[in-house]
Order: sequence, then C-alpha cells, then structure tokens
Amino acid sequence: MTKQLLTLNVNGESRTVAAEPHHTLLEVLREELQLTGTKHGCELGECGACTVLVDGVAVLSCLTLPMQVGDAIVTTVEGLADAGAGAPGREARKLHPLQTAFAEEGAAQCGYCTPGMLMSAKALLDGNPSPTRDDMAQAISGNLCRCTGYTAIYEAIDSAARMARGG
Amino acid sequence: MLRLPAFTMERPGTYAEAATLLRAHGAARGDLTRGTPSLPVMLVAGGTDLFPNMKRRQFTPRVLISLGGVADATGIARDKSGLRIQAGTTLTTVASDAQVRERYTALAEAAVLVSTPQLRNMGTIGGNICLDTRCNWYDQSAFWRGAEGFCMKTHPEVVCRVAPSSPRCLAVASADTVPALLALGASVAIQSADGTRTVALADLHQEDGIAHTKIARDEIVVSVTLPDATGWRSTYLKQRDRGSFDFPIVGLAVAVKRDGARVTDARVALTAVASRPQLVADAAKALIGGSLDEAAIAAAADAVHKAARPMDNTSGTISQRKRTARVFAERALRALAA
Amino acid sequence: MAELSVLGKRLPKVNSWAHLTGSAKYADDLFLPRMLYGRLLRSTQAHARITKLDVSRALAHPGVVAIVTGPDMPETIGIMPSVQDETALAIDRVRYVGEPVAAIAAIDEDTAFEAMSLIDVEYDPLPPILTIEDALREDLPKIHEKSRRANIFKEVHLSFGDLDAGFASADHMRDDWFFFEGNTHAPIESHSAVASFEGDGKLTIWTCTQVPHYLHRELEKALGLPRAKIRVVATPSGGGFGGKSDPFAHEFAACLLSMRTKRPVKITLDREEVFYAHRGRHPVKMRIKTGVKQDGEITAVHFQSWLDGGAYSSYGIATTYYTGALMTVTYRIPAYKFDGVRVYTNKPPCGPKRGHGTTQPRYALECQLDKIAVDLGFDALEYRKRILQPANSRTVNELRITSMGLGQCLDELGAKTKYSERHGQLPRGKGVGIAGSAYISGAGLPIYWNEMPHSGATVKLDRGGGVTVYCGTAEIGQGSDNMLASVAAECLGVRPEDVHVVSGDTSLAPVDLGSYSSRVTFMAGNAVKDAAWKLREWLLDAASERLAIPRECLVPADRRITDLRDPEQFVTFDDAVVLAEAKHGTLSAAGSYRPPQGIGGGYKGAGVGPSPAYSFQASVAEVSVDLETGVVTVDRITTAHDCGRALSPANVEGQIEGSAYMGYGEIMGEEQVFRGGLHKKPSLLDYKIPTSLDTPELEAIIVETIDKEGPFGAKEAGEGPLNSVIPAIANAVYDAIGVRFDETPITADKVLAALGKRDNRGMPKDRIGPEGMGDGQEAANAALRRLSFTTEAREKKKANA
Repeated sequence: MTKQLLTLNVNGESRTVAAEPHHTLLEVLREELQLTGTKHGCELGECGACTVLVDGVAVLSCLTLPMQVGDAIVTTVEGLADAGAGAPGREARKLHPLQTAFAEEGAAQCGYCTPGMLMSAKALLDGNPSPTRDDMAQAISGNLCRCTGYTAIYEAIDSAARMARGG
Repeated sequence: MLRLPAFTMERPGTYAEAATLLRAHGAARGDLTRGTPSLPVMLVAGGTDLFPNMKRRQFTPRVLISLGGVADATGIARDKSGLRIQAGTTLTTVASDAQVRERYTALAEAAVLVSTPQLRNMGTIGGNICLDTRCNWYDQSAFWRGAEGFCMKTHPEVVCRVAPSSPRCLAVASADTVPALLALGASVAIQSADGTRTVALADLHQEDGIAHTKIARDEIVVSVTLPDATGWRSTYLKQRDRGSFDFPIVGLAVAVKRDGARVTDARVALTAVASRPQLVADAAKALIGGSLDEAAIAAAADAVHKAARPMDNTSGTISQRKRTARVFAERALRALAA
Repeated sequence: MAELSVLGKRLPKVNSWAHLTGSAKYADDLFLPRMLYGRLLRSTQAHARITKLDVSRALAHPGVVAIVTGPDMPETIGIMPSVQDETALAIDRVRYVGEPVAAIAAIDEDTAFEAMSLIDVEYDPLPPILTIEDALREDLPKIHEKSRRANIFKEVHLSFGDLDAGFASADHMRDDWFFFEGNTHAPIESHSAVASFEGDGKLTIWTCTQVPHYLHRELEKALGLPRAKIRVVATPSGGGFGGKSDPFAHEFAACLLSMRTKRPVKITLDREEVFYAHRGRHPVKMRIKTGVKQDGEITAVHFQSWLDGGAYSSYGIATTYYTGALMTVTYRIPAYKFDGVRVYTNKPPCGPKRGHGTTQPRYALECQLDKIAVDLGFDALEYRKRILQPANSRTVNELRITSMGLGQCLDELGAKTKYSERHGQLPRGKGVGIAGSAYISGAGLPIYWNEMPHSGATVKLDRGGGVTVYCGTAEIGQGSDNMLASVAAECLGVRPEDVHVVSGDTSLAPVDLGSYSSRVTFMAGNAVKDAAWKLREWLLDAASERLAIPRECLVPADRRITDLRDPEQFVTFDDAVVLAEAKHGTLSAAGSYRPPQGIGGGYKGAGVGPSPAYSFQASVAEVSVDLETGVVTVDRITTAHDCGRALSPANVEGQIEGSAYMGYGEIMGEEQVFRGGLHKKPSLLDYKIPTSLDTPELEAIIVETIDKEGPFGAKEAGEGPLNSVIPAIANAVYDAIGVRFDETPITADKVLAALGKRDNRGMPKDRIGPEGMGDGQEAANAALRRLSFTTEAREKKKANA
C-alpha cells in the first residue's frame, strides 16, 4: 500500500507526514508524530482512551482517518497547556486549569485514561463553564476509568471550572 | 494495536459524485449473500460502525468512499413537508436541535442515548439508519469467529450460530434512532447514479440479519424527512446494561396524536428484539380512537409484548427483554398521557 | 516524634505531572530505532494436541523477520516456583482458546498481523473440561498429566480448634451455598513489552509488569540467559489490579525475538488478547456451615471452596489458601475447618485480582452473617461489633493481629449512613446493606523461599541538595513512586516534589518483590524509611556540630534543620548535605524490610495468610430496585477503611473509591464467562466495566489506628476496601426486595426471576444461588461425595497416626 502525504494541524503546528490511507489518526499521532500522550485501550470505540479534539469537538482518534480531518485543528493532551509557549517575553508553558486540578484532586491514578479524560473535560468546559455533576457525568460517559470510580475526576473538573472562572 | 485492513479512499464533493464512484467501483456487484467481507466498496460517514467492523474483518472493502467531504451533507431544515435532516448530520446535532427536541422529542431522546458523546459527535443520522445488525456471534474478531467456525453472515456456507436450523441470519436491529423515526413517520431520500427516490422508513428495513435494508449497494441515504408533528407527542425508552456505550437490548418509541383526550393517531415502534425495527400495528390499533386510559395502555403493551421476539444473541436474556418491552410500552404511554 | 511535615498532607502525587501532560512513557509509548513489531498466534482450540505447526510460509512472507514457537523455550515457567506448569509458548498441547502458540516479528504490525494467517497449525481436539463439576470427574481426560486425581490442581484441608464441640454447643446453625462468578481486571492499558538485546549480550525489557523481580527470574529460566545480563524495567502501568503480576508469553517472546534478530521488538496485546491473558478472579463455589450461640457468638465455622482455576496454576496455590486463610481475622471464631479445592479447566488461567482469593469467601461470610442477624433478630451493624476479633490477638489459625480498626469503621459508618435507623424501614424496592472485611498489608512470605529482604531501597543525597530514592517497586497507579518520595521527604525534611524516584528497574534499584498483595506501602515504605533515616542521622549530626545545638533539639523540615526551641537557629538542607558529605564521604544509604518471624503458624499451609498487619474496612450500600424491569441501581456506597495512617489521604481515598467502584462492577455485571470454550465477551463493549453514568456516589472515610510496625503507622489501602462492598450490595438488595443473592452477578433477569416476573410466569423466590455442587446434576454430586469421602478418610488416617 502506498503512503500518501498529508498535512495535519496539530497543537498549533502544521505537520506533514506520509501515512498509509488505512492508518488511523491515533496511529499517525503516535507513530508518525511521536505524540504518544494519546492512549489506546481497545481501538474499537469502546473505551475513550484515544479521545482528541478536532476543531474543539471530542472524537475518537482510533476511528478517525487523518484524511477525514482535513485542515481542522487537532488538539491532543500535549497541546492542552498554554499554546503560546516559547514566544519571546512569554513565560514558560502554563498548565491548563484541568491539569492543575487533576493533580490536586488525585484524579489521575494510573494516568492511562487521563489524556482522553482531559480532552472530554476540556470540551465540556469550553462549552459550559459551570457544569453540574450530571453535566460532568454525561461529558465523561465515553471515557472509561478503571482506577478512580470517577469521584475525584468530578472534583477536579469542578475545581478547574472554578479556577477558570477565576474563583 | 488492532488496525484497519488496507484500502484506498475516495473523497467525493457531492452525493452525485459519490454515486458515480460507487458505480465505477462496482458497488452494484456487491452481494451480501456472499458474505459481508465480500463487498468490494463501501460508504463511510462517521465511521463509528464501519471501522470497528472492519478492524474485526467483518467487512474488508478495498475501496471506501467517504461522505465526509460531501457539500450540504449536514443540516436540519424545516420546509412545507416537515423537517428534513441531511444524512451527514451528527447525532449530537440531532439531539441538541431545538426543533427536534421540541416537536420530535422521541428522536432527540433516542439520539442522545446512542453510545457515547464522542461517538455521537462522529456518528451520523444516515449512518444510524444504515447501522449493521448486531449479534454476539458476529461482532467478534476474525480470530474469535475463526475459532468458532464463523457464521452465515460472513460465510454463507455456515449455519446461523444463534439457531443452527434458522434459514436466515438472526442478527439484531440495534439503531436507537430508527424506532423513533418510525414512530414519527419518517421517510428517507435515497440517491444513486440513476436518480433519487423517497421511501417510507417503515418500508426500508426487512427481517433478515444480513440484507437488513432494501437499500441497494450502489445507493446512498441522503436525507430523512419527518412529517409535520402538530398535535403529536413522542418519547423513546432504551434498555441496556450501562448508561453509555451500549447498544439497546430493548428500544421502544411511541408517538401519539391527540385531539383533546381522544387519540386520533398513534405509532409504536420497537427495536433490538428482532432483525428488523418494527412498527407494532396492533399496539397502535389499541390506542387509536380511545383515550390513553389504563385499559388501552394495557392492550397496547400486550401487543408490544407479543411483537417482541428477541433471540439469545445480545446482552440480557430473552425473558427479561420481552418483559421490559411490555413495561416500556406502559411507561412510555403513561408518560405521554400525563 | 515531632509533627509530620509531609505525610498526612494533601499534596499532588509527584508523578502526576507526567500523566497530565502526556509525557509519561508507558511501554507501548516506547519506539526504538530499528524496532520490530510482534504479534502472538493463539490457539483456536480449548483443548487439543498440536499435530502440525509449520511457520515456513509465514517466514517467507515479505517483511517477516523472525518467528519463534514453543520448543524454542522448552523450560517450564510460572510465577510460583513450586508448581510451574506453563511454557512461554505452548508445546505440543493447547489448553484454552487464546493460548499463545507462536510469535512473529515483522517490520510493522500490519505485516505481523497478516503473516499470522500464514502459519500452518493443525490440532487434534480433546474433550474440553469447562466446569468445576466436570473437572472433579475421574473419567475425563487430564488437562495436566501431573494431576493425581481427576483435574484437581490443589486440595487443601486445615482444621483448627474443636469443630465438633463448637457445632455441638451452637444454639443456631446455618449451612449456605454460594457462587462467585469469575471476572477480570480489565486495566485500560493493555499489556505491552519492548525488548532490546544489544551487541554486548545484554538484554533489556521494558514492560508494564507488577513484578519485575519475579519476571527477571523467569526470563533467566526461559531464555537461558544469566540474570546478570538481563535488565527488567517496569514501565508505569496503565492499571494492574493483579492482572500484570504473572510472567507472560509476550514478554518471553519479545525477548527471544530480539535475541534472534538483534533488533528491539515490541509486542502490545490488543484488547481481546488481554481477556485471554486474564489471571483474574476465580469463579468459586462455596459452602459455609456456621454455628452460633443465642447471643450470636460464633462457635464454629466449616468453610469449603471449589475454585475454577482455568488452564494453568498462576498463583493458584496461594489463591486456594487465601479463600480460607483470612476468614478468621475479623470476627472471633474458636473452631474453624477449611477445605479448598482448585481445579484445572480449559479456560484462560485465573490468578490474583484485587483482594486475591479473599473476595469470594468474604462475600459468602458477610452474606451469611446478615442472614444470621435476621435469624436472631439482631441489627447487622451492632452484631458485627459484638463479635469482633480483638486487636493484639491471635486468630484460631494462628494469625497475629496487631492494630484492628473494624469497630471504629462500623461506628463511623453507622454515624454517617444511619444504617441502623434505615435498615428494614425503607419502602419496598429501596434497601441498605452492610458488610465488613479485611486484607493483608503484604504477604508474610515471598513466593520463593529465601531469607532476604522483601524490599530494599537506597537513598542518595547529592551535593546540590538533590535526593534520589532507588527502589524496585512497580508503579501501577497505586501511587508507589509518590509514597517513596513522601516517606524519604518526611525523613529528610525536604518536599516530595524535590525527590527523584528511580523505581521498577532491576539494574538500578534494589529488589522489591512487586506490586501485589498490598505490600508496597508497608514493606517498601519501611525499607525507604530505614535508608533515609540513616542519612537523617548524619545530617542531624552535621547540623548539630555546626550549630552547637544538641541533636535531640533539631528537626528536619521544609529543607531546613531547625532548632525546635528557636526557629531562627537552622542549617539549610543543602548546607547540611555538604557538611555531612565532607564528614562521612558519599551520602548513600541502603535500607531493607523483612516481615517479622512468628506472625503465623507452623503447620503445612501456614505460609499463606500471615501479614505484618491487616487492614480492616466496612461498607454500607444503598440500592434501588426497579420492581418491573428488575434493574438494580446502586445509589451510594460508603466505605470506612482502617489504613493505619493515611500517608497520602487523597491517595487513600482514591484507593477506597476505586475499590468500591471495582467491587460494584463485579457484583452488578462484570463476568468472565464462556460459551463452549470460547470467551463470551472479550471486548470492552460486552464486558461491562461501569461508566460514569452507572457508578454510584462513592464516599470514603479514613480510619487511622497507627500500626506500630507500619511505616509511620501505615497499612494497606489498595485491596481490602473492595471486599466489603460486594456483600454490602447483596445485603442491601435483600433489604430492598427480600431476595438473597447467593451468587454473583446480580442481573435484572435474576431479579425478575426472583420476583416471579420472568416473562410474567413463575413463582417468586427468596433466594438466587446454588443448591450445592452441580446444581443437582448426579455426576457432579457423585464427584463431590467422592471428594468428601477422601477428605474424611485422610483426616481419619491422620487422627489414627
């Protein structure tokens, strides 16, 4: 099978890679772009570990072909921290409130579902700055976590929402 | 990592181009009765149903025609015939659309109960209408099915594993939105290189786990239209093991049109209890002309119970699912009566 | 001791940041130059002889670099040295569907996958043995020729105290059967390993194992390479729960393929393969006969368990003993008899899952106690409090109990949940249930006999004030790296985030036996404390000398060594390190931990059960039952857990909540079940891991008893809290609908059956569960009788001798 050139807009960088047409976004992110922060637990859409944002919408990279993404903006966990990093006069990369809150609340145990969970949580907060517990449960209902029982994750999302609102 | 089999992908810009490409790649020669992996070319929209199936080698098309780049494939618009939803509209959009929520409640309720937020962001209404039937002997990896010896859906020379004497495949209709659309009286526009036809959704599916729709291999579902809903109320109930991810093991939609207390029209639709999503005519008959009283509800629930004929090929059990169908009919009708 | 400056505080885990930015490197995240991708060919047969295995066509396939098969690694391996019955890849015979038969290395994973279909393998099928009852039959083929009787892997019989007298003195007897369905760990990360054999003849494997040291030993055996040339690196695990604590085929295969090709080889299992790797919860059939006095005091317990072990031993000996060993630690039992049998069946091997072997009998015991409370008209919470095993005591099977906080747990729970006020008072369909449990803080003995430490740690201080802890522990998400950093930081007076942790590496760090049996905080915590305390002494000496202040007045905290009486008098940590190094030379100290002697009995079989300390916990579950559809909703689970001291309270709460979640999943729907020899649901869609929308409200209450031997008083937190949740839910369902669930899982269909509403037919039942062995099947009953005859005969023989 011949590889095809494609250009992806990932975490604010335009990246051109050669990939086989049947390789998923998950495979291209991890294997061609070394963005291994995006995890995989089933590759069948049954766990949510590979969740990334495409134009701000949470999708599963294991069931997405890069060709379908086109020039949409892909955000992975590596792009969650302040995107303007490294510019002269800017301070070092600033963590997203979700990252700080997940650490403080102990919402990541083994950390493996965490990148996908963070992306679903970001999609939630971007559209709803004051989510209820039910909003949160719905928003992460496509992300299986085997460690936490979700309780600390709710606390972290809630705390991040308050941080983001400046509270 | 479980990976897709190799294929090449076409990305047409219009449905007409897609139809031409289907024909050019020999879609019409595709014959499900030779086994699902034999199809040479397939359409893909959200990919949430097809890609897992391909990773499990239930389908191995050499060519995929992506509908993701088709112009005007998405959108919900009201016209004189009712509400038209373009086939590429995501389930998230359908579920959150104000008109759908207000006037076609069952559809919004069904759409939001499909799988997970991510899959609803990707999956389309057209894809859900065409969702492959499911069976726990069929929705398994190539390795698993090989260890079992395969089944008639992929290998026509083999028996149905659910009931070895069955002359047909017993895989189960599993789309949540279809019973809702049936209850709402939907019709579907289907396009091919020869033109466009419109079919009542009630005539689209058939009781066969393999050839479960009457959509030809070179046709494309392009939109679904819901008739005017004035006077109608509707709701959808879903049974599954978990609050997300899972396909229905019972799905029931009810729509009732009333003039005062009197029911002037009604539709009751069931899924996940047969290969075909079905309108339960006897249930509607029990409701039309009366008020939504307990007697009418009981009669309709009896009809639903009778119509539900689940097999042992999903989660849950036959008796549990049959009983739940009855209870759901009662609950849905009571909710609409309130 | 002065107030603690680090431990007991709510601080982020030191390894959180890597997880939260995507920089943590799990095994599958490693990509090495020239790396090949491997896949395992697995058996399609449940039980068969391999009559042909020809890899020539696959080897000729473009892109395939190497293939290895069973005969390439002929040594038997397995986690327990005394009962090794596996080979790295199957040789001549396969014993379950999914058993690895061959391994391919190719230039990419697509190629390796395609090439699997080119391996020509033929089988001569044998009758598969799939149930405990069939495995007890003498007339069926043996899965392992070594089994002396039928397909029995292990049979144990232990008796303590005067059982007959105990039963004779009872005012009330109960005799109940239970069945606990098998289930699996299902970590979100599937198993993965990368092996690299270098030109210098040394092999490194990065793998998400819970037991790097034990894997190290088995690799030496299977590969024929001296252990001195092998380095095992346990990568962070994306969840373990016991599922990554055996040596696995893909680890051996990746190593051998790398040795053959001189290139790095990665093998990552796909999700379905994880279900075949399994080593999860055993299905167990159980019978408990218990005698009690009128006041509820237990007079005797006879417990019998039959474990369905699957095709290989795994930890099976320990599992078998564990079904009986910890029954005695929670409540006073003066006479106790335990008969356990583990059988082989043609299914993926069972092994240790969170609560290892104790979860199933605890469920049975706590459900039975709930019945006894009803029989005698007691409040189930108060009843448990009345019969508690005391702190600082010995159980009838000679286990040493030290700190024991089950009573406090019950008190806290009662106050929080108002259990006693609500039980029996809720409307039909609503229920509340309670149960207690216990678990070990590490096993008293290692899995292979030796007199060395169970945990070793080295702490090194550098001239820049840096602190590095080296310890062989495997970070599986339980927070062991954070525990090491926190204990070292507490001892030395620095912050946990200042500490570098090198863990899970057999070349760089001293041995820790592994992340299993909830041993790491207790044992590695004591080891690192031992090491860090030595350095602390040197630092205090140096500071004392510099400040001319007696050492007793100095305390290290917040990167200073300060005079307790005058905070203005201090030496910075960095200065103290320089002073100490000038005085003592390089600042590095080693520490170790070995459990004390004499914490268990001396009888055969006494090796399983003793622990330096036990955790105790109790749960209250609140449920709602839909009386029409049979659907049970667990609304809330509250667990109070005695962890000795909470070194990291947020982490302890996380373990309590995570345990409640996992226990909830086990009783409400997760099941590792088979149709024929084939796994019925080997996917995350069909194997029902609870989602956020299913999971009950979870509440954790920490109870502290400050154990005198635990590091700063700590005991385990990772496993025990699962055990009490399961019977609490079953007891709550009884409160809601008056039906005893003496088997798991509780499904809507079973509820409908009990309510007499299964498809509108049938009679109501007050109990769902087994009636005995084989559910009335004659052959199985005969097998049971034979077994019990033998048991009695053996004991008579022993008595006569």
